[in-house]
Amino acid sequence: MTTGRIAKELSPASGVLMQGDEACAEGAIAAGCRFFAGYPITPATEIAEALARRLPQVGGKFIQMEDEIASIAAVIGASVGGAKAMTATSGPGFSLMQENIGYAAMAEIPCVIVDVQRLGPSTGRPTSPSQGDVMQARWGTHGDHPIIVLAPSSVRETFDLTVQAFNFSERYRTPVILLMDEVIGHMRERVILPDPNTIERVERASTTVPPEWYKPFENFPADVPPLVPFGEGYRYHITGLHHDERGYPTARLDEIQPWLERIFRKIESSLSDILLYNKDGIEDAETLVIAYGAAARSARHAVELARERGRKVGFLKLKTLWPFAEEVVEHAAARLHHVVVPEMNLGQLALEVERVVGRHKVRRVNRADGEMIQPAEILAAIEDWELAR
Amino acid sequence: MPTKLIPKELAKRPERLAPGHRLCAGCGASIIVRQILAAIDEPVVMSCATGCLEVATTIYPYTAWRMPWIHNAFENSASTMAGIEAAYRSMVRQGKIPEQNVKFLAFGGDGGTYDIGIQALSGAVERGHQFLYVCYDNGAYMNTGIQRSSATPFGAHTTTSPAGKVIPGKQQFRKDLTAIMAAHGIPYVAQAAPSQWRDLMQKTRKAVNCGGPAFMNVLSSCNRGWRHGTDETIEITQLAVDTCYWPLYEVENGEWRLTYKPKEKRPVEEWLKRQGRFRHLFRPENRHLIDELQAEVDRRWERLLRLCGEA
Repeated sequence: MTTGRIAKELSPASGVLMQGDEACAEGAIAAGCRFFAGYPITPATEIAEALARRLPQVGGKFIQMEDEIASIAAVIGASVGGAKAMTATSGPGFSLMQENIGYAAMAEIPCVIVDVQRLGPSTGRPTSPSQGDVMQARWGTHGDHPIIVLAPSSVRETFDLTVQAFNFSERYRTPVILLMDEVIGHMRERVILPDPNTIERVERASTTVPPEWYKPFENFPADVPPLVPFGEGYRYHITGLHHDERGYPTARLDEIQPWLERIFRKIESSLSDILLYNKDGIEDAETLVIAYGAAARSARHAVELARERGRKVGFLKLKTLWPFAEEVVEHAAARLHHVVVPEMNLGQLALEVERVVGRHKVRRVNRADGEMIQPAEILAAIEDWELAR
Repeated sequence: MPTKLIPKELAKRPERLAPGHRLCAGCGASIIVRQILAAIDEPVVMSCATGCLEVATTIYPYTAWRMPWIHNAFENSASTMAGIEAAYRSMVRQGKIPEQNVKFLAFGGDGGTYDIGIQALSGAVERGHQFLYVCYDNGAYMNTGIQRSSATPFGAHTTTSPAGKVIPGKQQFRKDLTAIMAAHGIPYVAQAAPSQWRDLMQKTRKAVNCGGPAFMNVLSSCNRGWRHGTDETIEITQLAVDTCYWPLYEVENGEWRLTYKPKEKRPVEEWLKRQGRFRHLFRPENRHLIDELQAEVDRRWERLLRLCGEA
């Protein structure tokens, strides 16, 4: 998007100035979220504050819980009760939520978990940005499990991806993590929000079978079985234990791994829907930059600077981090010798890029000191390759 | 001989919380910490949960603490101190370090104590660790910008219990944490306030010498969250005591005792009207909320009088 288009789209007459955290709250409301349980933590508190005001206005429920474990457990409960539900936190709280994220994956409970990343580990620097939770978002809870992780790089994109997070969670009966960062969460941009009537809202699949026939974890007719809310007359069983298609605990070898393979399959067979990204100038590129979140803003600028200097640089901005868009990356980088991956960590998604395109092709640009990566740092990495060629 | 609790003697002692920290002018927490530390003659080891006290006393590259001091994340102050205390006593028993009668103090705010830290605190006192846990209760998550906690008073405006047209502030009464801690049957539990400094210091001495786990809940004004002038801290704190919103008492080996009885119990409204967080309660349509809060304050006060044998 060029500067001119931004200026035109976001005319002062119709735009609103809002923070990424606020856009997340508005996106949740627009997606149909009517339940939020959370706990104060910098830099995600503004999401809770906004929803404390907004949810009662639309007939929803805001609850401040006693900690983050309680927050996500209440969100899981609310989702089982039939509400679209969300919580929001940052690193330390995200760590406390991990057990229940695994539970949500195991019991296939739709829910959205927002992690506004700050510099870690531990208390780290609460007001400084980071992209250090990329691997935690993928593998933070124990055991094999699929997960969807989305990362916005602007205020408007935060709104859109929050809606998308709810849609994915309901469509695939899975927890979805919206991986923001402090820059995006606290940054204010003038945005035009879409007309609520034009927003696609996915509602949870229900069932027409009578209660005695209902099997909440059946892999027929599709890999995503319908989930009927508690209280509608369907009596069934939910547990964090491995379970059969009725939900009862199982130790049968012919049920455990096939179930695990199904919950992976329901994500992996829908990559064309789930993988969100923007490609720009990839066709004739000699160097490719792959970025996400706040670092994508610096990367975008660096790509423009490099092009002004006559270099052919492609840009791939990933909005879906997990599942990793390996075929997209593989295809985009196939003819290229060089891929630059800037990240505000010591190299996390770069590990995936290296796995797909080969370690020798990848140049990492990393900062894990609580500051954004400067476009000049990325430009230097692009030109360094060019000169070395 | 312990230092006499008179200002002239206490003023001679070196401050263990060094000046220059970044707590706000008029903050109750630093007053409480200084009074508590001044009451203890022995060496002190301290842990702090995440919160204003932790953040504002340890701004890079300084620390205000003239003692061994550890911060662990929000929920962990009591558990971390439990480990330190247990290891110290083990090391002393093994003859590896000398017995110095070290006093172990754990601090947390109301968020880190009433809410996320209550499990850790309950476990630590149940196991009998010999330490004093102090909750400085300012009635909200002030460090993250004034969100409600289970210590926030009924009716108060916070950013997550906003006073709007339909819902006029927080809908629940404060959790009675002091009574919950007394129910653990530990040797010493007290409720105190920095406006009664001698009472707070005497309680501190009893707490650190009780031979087991001790807990003190101390009312700590936050002028940013309570919305009052920075020079009104002690006055408004004393009003909480005199309206019996925050009674001063102790529970020593199961015996409840009132340590201060106001000559005349004042209406809770006098405490409320000095603070901006309750401003909306004074609109005509919200008048009944003040009455509800008064009724709850009265109920708790009557119960306390009965427990203390004063009724």
